[in-house]
Amino acid sequence: MFRKAKEFIIEKLIQVCGLASIFFVVVIFLFLLKEGLAVFKIVTPLNFLFGKSWYPISDPAQLGILPLICGSLLVTLGAAIISIPIGVACAIYIAEIAPSKTKEVLKAGVELLAAIPSVVLGFIGMVTLVPWVKNIFHLPTGLTALSGSIMLAFMAMPTIVSIAEDALYSVPKSYKEGAFALGATHWQTIHRVMLPAASSGILAAVMLGIGRVIGETMAVMMITGNAAVIPHSLLQPVRTLTATIAAEMGEAVVGSEHYFALFAIGIVLFIISFAINVTADLFLHRENR
Amino acid sequence: MRNTKRTQKIAFFFLFLATLLVVVPVGMIVVIIVQKGIPAINWQFLTDVPRQGMRSGGIFPAIIGTLYLVGGAIIFALPIGLLAAIYLSEYSKENFLSRIIKLAIVNLAGVPSVVYGLFGLALFVVFCKFGASILAGSLTLGIMILPIIITTSREALESVPYSFREVSLSLGASKWQTIRHIVLPNAIPGILTGTILGLGRAAGETAPILFTVAAFYLPRLPKSIFDQAMALPYHLYVISTQVPNVDEKIRYGTALVLLTLVLFMNLVAIIIRYKFRKKKKW
Repeated sequence: MFRKAKEFIIEKLIQVCGLASIFFVVVIFLFLLKEGLAVFKIVTPLNFLFGKSWYPISDPAQLGILPLICGSLLVTLGAAIISIPIGVACAIYIAEIAPSKTKEVLKAGVELLAAIPSVVLGFIGMVTLVPWVKNIFHLPTGLTALSGSIMLAFMAMPTIVSIAEDALYSVPKSYKEGAFALGATHWQTIHRVMLPAASSGILAAVMLGIGRVIGETMAVMMITGNAAVIPHSLLQPVRTLTATIAAEMGEAVVGSEHYFALFAIGIVLFIISFAINVTADLFLHRENR
Repeated sequence: MRNTKRTQKIAFFFLFLATLLVVVPVGMIVVIIVQKGIPAINWQFLTDVPRQGMRSGGIFPAIIGTLYLVGGAIIFALPIGLLAAIYLSEYSKENFLSRIIKLAIVNLAGVPSVVYGLFGLALFVVFCKFGASILAGSLTLGIMILPIIITTSREALESVPYSFREVSLSLGASKWQTIRHIVLPNAIPGILTGTILGLGRAAGETAPILFTVAAFYLPRLPKSIFDQAMALPYHLYVISTQVPNVDEKIRYGTALVLLTLVLFMNLVAIIIRYKFRKKKKW
């Protein structure tokens, strides 16, 4: 009798914990809304999203996040252009071409990259990449969107490579054998058969990589220069959505306009990452079927 | 024929080049940090408090702070994560609810780390009135590493062959007894791997602790879980961007200690996984 009661309690506990992840996603969103929506008493949503100036501590405060959105978009675009071709190429090499011993080493290297904390990468970017960019382009400062893009492209690699690699592995062997039997070379097989067959998984890999880039905070804050103005080129300092929160929340007074506005930026980031993850998951799910 | 062979050679060369572009910088980063960080490492650096506005002395409080935070995060996340993994692998059926749960896990893993910081600030620091404290920071980090623990534990549980369960059930064991005595013991290495990977992640993250726990400069050890604490990643951020004229050596040294801590945990996880794979007989 006692055992049954104990098992009943444990099983209920397991069920409750099973729902924990849903609970936390909802609670995170609710708390962001609770603190962030207050900003719309001061600015309209349209003026918030498309306002061209971000002067949160001037009086009256100007809370337009367009410069920050542009900063995030520019850095992300740059990172995507660099990381997508290189990342997918690397995944193909690891999945299809590398001999099995080399493959283990390469995979370990990519896993190692995923493990390095972003603040360490930001630090290394500051002391190596930033001076290079400064010298190569003869700029007054190397803290630019370009430096951020390069660093972020690098940080997106583990995500892109490992998911794209999985997608390539999950292509049925018979496809490849069929292509070989028809006399196709290995490259023709990869290019014409494997890639199209794995396309939705690769697309998901790219999307999740971009999601990683948009959400990245510390490295970006340390090497993009943090100027909240609408950028005109990759060689200018920019400030991203994430860096704005991280840099300014320390000074914002709890309950002030500034505090609410930073939470509203959090809502924007949450919605972006939610959309990316749900879409990518749909692609991965289609792959599985 | 010659043409297609040449195309293949060129294509493979570019693929190889791309791979080098990813892997070589990783090696370079590690080498640079080790090379320039080693001279800073000595007994005093590891066991002394920071002195002269963090321009000399050691990083002991930051190391201890990080260990507290990581410990707190795991105490919170491991039980919940493990039970959630048991639910997904042993109890849930393939239906709409389990689909939603999996989607929630994916989303939880994708939420930007700075948004976790905001959430921790709003819920734990302000709403629960914990203030900026080890407790608030640990809980925030705990929620952040929950998806890692759930996903890896679930994989470990699901890799235990179904026949094990059938035999146990046929001998008259209840479902929970089967899980407790048959499934869990066989999945322990996998669960351990996931837990350690989660630890490594929690040790390296900066953004979630920015507003929930991290003290800019606190040259003493925290006294209770309601105390603020220094933490290694935040300390590295502070001495490399906020404090001018810090000796390069101290920066590299701090980066090296943080990197070693994180990579060590990953290495342990990899070794456990490797040993387990070798031993596995089914």
